[in-house]
Amino acid sequence: MATRLSGVARAFGDRVVLDSLDLELRDGEFTALLGRSGSGKSTLLRALAGLDPEVTGTIDVTDSVAVAFQEPRLVPWKRLLANITLGLDAPVSKAKEALAEVGLSERSDAWPLTLSGGEAQRASLARALVREPELLLLDEPFSALDALTRITIHQLVLELWARHRPAVLLVTHDVDEALLLADRVLVLDEGRIAHDISITADRPRHREDPGLVTLRTTLLAALGVSPEGRS
Amino acid sequence: MSVVELARPVEKPRATPKGPRRRVTAWHRWLSPLALLVVWQIASATGLLPERLLAAPAAIASTAVELTQAGTLPTAIGVSLQRVLIGFLVGGAAGIVLALAAGLSRAGENAVDPIMQALRALPFFGLIPLFILWFGIGEEPKILLVALAVSFPLYLNTFSGIRGVDGKLAEVATTLKLSRGQLIRHIVLPGALPQTLVGLRQALGVAWLALIVAEQVNATTGLGYMINDAREFLRTDVIVVGLLVYSALGLATDAIVRLLERRALAWRRGFLA
Repeated sequence: MATRLSGVARAFGDRVVLDSLDLELRDGEFTALLGRSGSGKSTLLRALAGLDPEVTGTIDVTDSVAVAFQEPRLVPWKRLLANITLGLDAPVSKAKEALAEVGLSERSDAWPLTLSGGEAQRASLARALVREPELLLLDEPFSALDALTRITIHQLVLELWARHRPAVLLVTHDVDEALLLADRVLVLDEGRIAHDISITADRPRHREDPGLVTLRTTLLAALGVSPEGRS
Repeated sequence: MSVVELARPVEKPRATPKGPRRRVTAWHRWLSPLALLVVWQIASATGLLPERLLAAPAAIASTAVELTQAGTLPTAIGVSLQRVLIGFLVGGAAGIVLALAAGLSRAGENAVDPIMQALRALPFFGLIPLFILWFGIGEEPKILLVALAVSFPLYLNTFSGIRGVDGKLAEVATTLKLSRGQLIRHIVLPGALPQTLVGLRQALGVAWLALIVAEQVNATTGLGYMINDAREFLRTDVIVVGLLVYSALGLATDAIVRLLERRALAWRRGFLA
């Protein structure tokens, strides 16, 4: 079931963050949502995740949604495996498979506070994916990782997406990340989807790909940044 | 030259094994208490410290042995322990149940919290005369005083522990589609546990305090009675034995809670270490 939003609005006091926004997310499509800081990217994601009771408008979204947050948000008093199985109907073997998929089989007995940032984020992905969601919401899950870990996790996310084929909405402020991962890039500005760009380049992609370089310039301009510095 | 002296420790080989040195330091810490005991013993032996004010350490030790052999001390300890235990269980259960009621719903908070906050302001030792009027001088007023004293720290800490649970984890629970029962069981209660354990230690402290006060006022059995009875006969040795037993029991129950903490909060250990 595709996800449809129409006339979605949200204001915090006088500040309008989402202003009668319309959007459709297609099944199995990897969408990246870009926007300047404070543009309402996370507000939109939280609305889709059902975490914002005050958002108005029509949100037609599947029940099968999973979220990976910016901080991994593992439950600290549950060992890793218990974090994955929390609220899960499926048998434990599925949770073990999910941990194996993100390369954490050997850490299944570990306390979350003993994991590294990359491990915790992988665990958070496993916890989301084990639910076999139709829609996977990723709220800047890579932003706190170091550059090397981020590259590895980008690969992992693409592999997992290719295998499970959920629709993905990745909220990010990193244009390169969006270009490397997504089929479609949205730019949120003034509370609406200001740009909606398809990326057809084959994966794995390289930053130097001429098509992507052109897109990067376009997107940076859309975000109000000139790659050559101030113009 | 002071500069050279300051620099000297750095020049020492850093590979000096730490173990033996630390043991030496630990032993040093026993010196001053032992010296105090010796001074105390000498002061008693020379008559500087009369026995009607404070008995000599040696006399206290032999009294402790006598009281134990005669069975007086074990019986008194048994009675007092039983009072603390029952009072602690009753008061602890009440405090935690009320904290759950107040912590898990706004209606519960509005019903319970104002009353608890108002009662908290009452000096509960001041309630002893009323308790005697209501419950006589049997076991009930003592147990209830302990229960009352215990219930407040457990209530306050558990309540604030529940309210202090990370809202981000509650959001995770929503996205994982946990039921309300699952949210309480997996997120709220374990999240409140560290604070509840703080409350538990405070509660044990005041439990012993409340017992001591209750047993001083009116008792025909127990440690407090033993101490009070000894006062009548100027037996300062018995009084000191009683006090030492109180503090040993207090330390022992505190150690139990710390053991409990180590087990229940094992998930924090990697983080704290």
